Amino acid sequence: MMWLSSAEIEALHLSLSIAARSVALSLPFAALLAWILTRRRFVGHTLLDAFVHLPLVLPPVMVGYLLLLLFGTRGPIGSWLERAFGIELIFTRNGAALATAVMSFPLMVRAMRISLETVDRGLEDAARTLGAGAIDRFATITLPLMLPGVLAGAITAFSAALGEFGAVITFVSNIPGETRTLPLALYTALQTPDGDAAAARLAFISFVLGLGGLLLSEWFAQRVRRMLGR
Amino acid sequence: MMLKVAVKKTRGSFALDAGFEMPTPGVVALFGRSGCGKSTLVNIIAGLLDADSGHVALDGDVLLDTDSGRCLPPERRRIGYVFQDARLFPHLRVAANLRYGERRAGVPPYVSLDAVADLLDLGSLMNRRTHQLSGGERQRVAMGRALLSQPRLLLLDEPLASLDTARREEVLPYLETLRDQLAIPMVYVSHNFDEVLRLASYIVLMESGKTTAGGDVAGMSLNKGLRSIIGTDAVGAVVDGTVLGIDSSSALMRVKVGSGELKVQALPATVGAKLRVQLLARDLIVATEAPQHLSVRNSLAGVVTAVSSDGDDSDLISIDVGGTLILARVTKAATRELLLAPGLRVWALVKAVSLRSHSFAAPPATSASHPHA
Repeated sequence: MMWLSSAEIEALHLSLSIAARSVALSLPFAALLAWILTRRRFVGHTLLDAFVHLPLVLPPVMVGYLLLLLFGTRGPIGSWLERAFGIELIFTRNGAALATAVMSFPLMVRAMRISLETVDRGLEDAARTLGAGAIDRFATITLPLMLPGVLAGAITAFSAALGEFGAVITFVSNIPGETRTLPLALYTALQTPDGDAAAARLAFISFVLGLGGLLLSEWFAQRVRRMLGR
Repeated sequence: MMLKVAVKKTRGSFALDAGFEMPTPGVVALFGRSGCGKSTLVNIIAGLLDADSGHVALDGDVLLDTDSGRCLPPERRRIGYVFQDARLFPHLRVAANLRYGERRAGVPPYVSLDAVADLLDLGSLMNRRTHQLSGGERQRVAMGRALLSQPRLLLLDEPLASLDTARREEVLPYLETLRDQLAIPMVYVSHNFDEVLRLASYIVLMESGKTTAGGDVAGMSLNKGLRSIIGTDAVGAVVDGTVLGIDSSSALMRVKVGSGELKVQALPATVGAKLRVQLLARDLIVATEAPQHLSVRNSLAGVVTAVSSDGDDSDLISIDVGGTLILARVTKAATRELLLAPGLRVWALVKAVSLRSHSFAAPPATSASHPHA
């Protein structure tokens, strides 16, 4: 990658690191919510479902603004996190990970739900009669069988996290080396005179990463399908 | 030791009100038409379905009692379940499927993986993926998996119903082996009377959500409700026979039925062995004099106990052969002309006999480490 400037390589590294944190953060919550939304019927089900999907329809800038209100230094959650754990989110890469996690959360939940709906509940019943309790059943039957969805969700969310712009720049600003991810670097390059070449290079990296992610996701899905004999 | 079941459940317009008791070990067949509630009942026994009210107890251990609010979850009932569609775990190989229940048994095993693999011929399948198995193989693996969870009762919900006749014949002997070698109590759901005759020691009859009759196979084979389900051609007494002697030169053996005796094609059986003998009503001819000069070789002498109408132009004649009841179908015209009536001495000519060896009474080889211990 001799032809990339050190700032561009930094942006690439940062993007990958933030996307990875984002996926790690949202994965368990997404799996839990997918399970609740698929397997449980309760008052407020539709409302919760709509709430999970909100980031898809809200302006990303507004999501960033909401995060500022909640997780900012004076926000109710943000101030508590700082006092209790010394975790600072605002203007940090962890904050960027949170913003991208929130934005890509609905994509992940959707992919997992679709896959969970194809898991035959009869298999879980069979596991019950063989002595498996609820957590055991989820870990040994449900989760492995919804794995295609978990992988697809994780890869889609990772790719979306690489590209998240509005919520990130609103919540954690555009700080080189800390929160300036690929799209933010691309935006900055476009704002800079003579930045055309840099913008083209950054655009190309984003393109390759996105396409790679989609191909990888499909390859995984095929492998898992073959393993399950579908 | 007993399995006692008495449960009620209403779902929409369907109402289940079922109860039966069976001594364990033994095989009870839940028999009835499709949709009569058999599967609902076994799901309640397994704990996969909640009952509105009722009681399930196995060998004195209460699994469900809605009065006291006790309801063990299925994972703690130690009841094995073989589903019609096998329900093997597709992400696990055969060996891992088998071990799934074994690992979670929580009790000292009474049957090992090797023993199960041996009984069900699973050795060559161990490394297969489940989608590489034939229908019959899938059911054998499902049986093995259920057994290895070391259950004290095995529920089988039409395990052969999705198999064609050839596959069915391939799997049935394995079920007989389990019954005879492991002496594990079984509840066998079926609407196939032939399977029931081969496997069950007791029959519980279900009609539209209710258990309407129950008893041993011989007694139930005379039951009117059961007769209406199995169809005219399958109606007939199923009686216990004892092998009296085997003549190897003629390949015939003599079987005692009631006070009479039948000469039938020899089976690989020993003298004294118990056989289940099915005498179809359509295969019996009734004579009011001792038959002579006939090609039919077998006849049983008895006394008519009842004459009941069996359709527009035929009657079923119940004949007592020294304490054993058999059924013969004759035309109404014959009933009139022969003056067939209770008390009349008759001879039943037997055109064909269907034999099934069974060894329910045989003590299990593994009784020392029995599931109930």
